[in-house]
Amino acid sequence: MNNGCVCCTVRGDLVRVVEGLTRRTGRFDAIVVETTGLADPAPVAQTFFMDDDVRAKTRLDAVVALVDAKHLPLRLKDSNEAEDQIAFADVVIVNKTDLVTPEELATVEATIRAINPMARIHRAERAGVALNDVLDRGAFDLKRVLDNDPHFLEHGHPDHVCGPDCEHDHHHHDHEHGHDHDHGHHHHHGAASPIHDAGVKSLSLRAGEMDPKKFLPWLEKTTQIDGPNILRLKGIIAFADDPDRFVVQGVHMIVEGDHQRPWRDDEKRETRLVFIGRDLDTERLQRTFEACLA
Amino acid sequence: MPTIAPLDLDSHCIAIAWLDDSPHFALADGVVHRLDNGHKWAEVHDGLLAACPDADHARLITGGEDGRVTALSADGKVEMLAEIGRKWVTSIAAGPQGAVGFAVGRSAYVLFADGKQREFQHPRSVEGIAFAPKGMRLAVARYNGATLHFPATDGKPTELEWAGAHTGITFSPDGKFLVTTMQENALHGWKLADGKHMRMAGYPGKVKCFSWSAKGKWLATSGAPGAIVWPFQAKDGPMGKAPLELGTRGDTMVTQVCCHPTEEIAAIGYGDGMILAARFADQKEILLRRSGKGAITAMAWDNEGRRLAFGSETGESGVVDIAG
Repeated sequence: MNNGCVCCTVRGDLVRVVEGLTRRTGRFDAIVVETTGLADPAPVAQTFFMDDDVRAKTRLDAVVALVDAKHLPLRLKDSNEAEDQIAFADVVIVNKTDLVTPEELATVEATIRAINPMARIHRAERAGVALNDVLDRGAFDLKRVLDNDPHFLEHGHPDHVCGPDCEHDHHHHDHEHGHDHDHGHHHHHGAASPIHDAGVKSLSLRAGEMDPKKFLPWLEKTTQIDGPNILRLKGIIAFADDPDRFVVQGVHMIVEGDHQRPWRDDEKRETRLVFIGRDLDTERLQRTFEACLA
Repeated sequence: MPTIAPLDLDSHCIAIAWLDDSPHFALADGVVHRLDNGHKWAEVHDGLLAACPDADHARLITGGEDGRVTALSADGKVEMLAEIGRKWVTSIAAGPQGAVGFAVGRSAYVLFADGKQREFQHPRSVEGIAFAPKGMRLAVARYNGATLHFPATDGKPTELEWAGAHTGITFSPDGKFLVTTMQENALHGWKLADGKHMRMAGYPGKVKCFSWSAKGKWLATSGAPGAIVWPFQAKDGPMGKAPLELGTRGDTMVTQVCCHPTEEIAAIGYGDGMILAARFADQKEILLRRSGKGAITAMAWDNEGRRLAFGSETGESGVVDIAG
C-alpha cells in the first residue's frame, strides 16, 4: 500500500489468484498457499482480512510453518523471515526429526516455544503429519480460536510437544493440561534458547476481570501504536458483570473480537492475553493492561 | 420501456463482447456462449481468466488457466494463438494492427499479427495490461507504478512510478492519459506529456471496473455506491475537479460500469444484480434490470448502443433492449 506500513501490506498476486479460483465454484475444498522459504507471512495473512473481495469469499484457517530441525539454528541466524514465520504460525511442524539428536530436538523445540508459545508443535519425519493437524484448524475463527487450543496461554514451560505418537485428543475442549503453574501475572518467553537471540518475543499477560470501557479502547490504541511490531495476538477476556467469555485475535493492526460462549462454572474468570512481536515494550504493555482492570 | 431477453448460464461471467452483432458471454468455466439465431457455445479453455474483443470486434481474445491464448471468431471457430505451459494467462489486451497482449506471471507478451512474439519481464507480477490507442505501445500495471513498452522497437521502456500496487490499466482514447486502478481504494493517473500525477481517491471500495465515455470525455468507474465519473475534457484531466456521482444507492455497491458508445450515458451494474442507465448531463436514471441473484460482473453495448448485454457472478445473463 501507498503508506508503506507493514500492517496494510497485502499480496496482490494472491488477491488475483484467489479471485480467479473463487469464480469457479465447487471445484476445490480449500486453498493451500505455499510461500517461498523467504516470504514474509504477514502480507499473506493480511490479504485474507484486508482485501474485501478475498475476505467475502474465503476465510483464513491457519498458518502452518514447516521447520527443518537440522537447519533451524542456521536459518535463525541468517534471516528474519525464519523467525517471523515461526512467530506467525498456528501450527509448527518440526521436520527431519530423524536427523537430529534428542538433545538437538529439545533445543529446537525450546527455541520455537521461545518465539511462539501459542503454536501447536508437531514432530515429523519427511513432513508426515495427519491432515487434520494442519487443515480445518479454525485458528482465526473467534468461536474456535482458543477452544481448540487447550494449551493456549497455559504454558509456563515450553515442554509440551505433540510428536507422531502424541496421545492427546486435539479437538477436545476439556483437554487436561499437565502443568498448572503458579506463575506471576506475566512472563516472557524471550531468552530461553541458546540458538535464538530473541528478536521476536512473546508477552503473556494475566489479570482478573476487566472493564470493557477501558480494555477495548486500550487494545485498539495499543494495536494502533504497536501494530507494526505485533505479529500476532490472542486472548480471552473476562469482562466484569459479563457472563460470556470475550475472545480476541489479531495480526498487526487488524484485531477481531467477539463474545464466544458463557464462562463455565469450573473455569476461573480471568483475562489472558498473549502478544508475539518485535521490540515490545513489555513494561508499558503490562502497566497499561493492568490499568484496565475493573 | 426496456425489455430483457434473459440467458441463464451456469458460471461467473468474466467478459462480454459483441462480435458481428452477436453478444458473446465469456464464462469462468471456459465456455463462451453466444446468441446468434439461438443459444450456441464453444469451450475455449479449461478455466477462463480474461477476455476482450480485438480492435475491429471480429474476434474474442481469451486467456485461460490452461496457459493458452485463443481467438474465437463470430462463426464459432477457435484459433490457438499461444500456449505458454502450465501457467495462468491472467490478463489480455487487443492492440492495433492485430497485435495481442497477454500477461503470465511476471511477464507481459506481445504477439504480432505475423506470428512474431516478444516477452517483457518484470521484477514482480504483471497485474494488468493495455495497448495505447495509437502506435505500438503496451502499458503494464505493476507494483509501485506502470511500465510503458515499445514492442515494435528495441527502445527502452518508460517507467512511471507511484507507490502501491497497481492492478488494472487503461489509456484514455486520445492517448494523453494513462490511468491505473489500485489495490487501495483509488485510481492513479499520469498525464503522459509531462508525467504529471493524478490521484483519484475517496472510494469506499476497490475500483475494479472502468469505462471511457464517447470520445473519451469522461471516465466512469465502480468502487462506490454510485458510479464515479471523472471529467477528462480539460488539459490536465480531472485535476481539481469533482467527479459526477450517478445512480447512487444506499444498500449496495456499483460493480460494473459501461459507457454508451455514442451518448453521454453509462450503464451501471450493482452488487445485487440491478442495472440502471444514467445520463451525465442531468443525472436522470432509468431502470434496465431489477436486482437478481448476484453481482453484475460484465456488460457491453452493441455498436449502435441500443442493446446492452450483461452477465453476473451467478451466471444470470441477458440482453436489455432499451428501445423495447
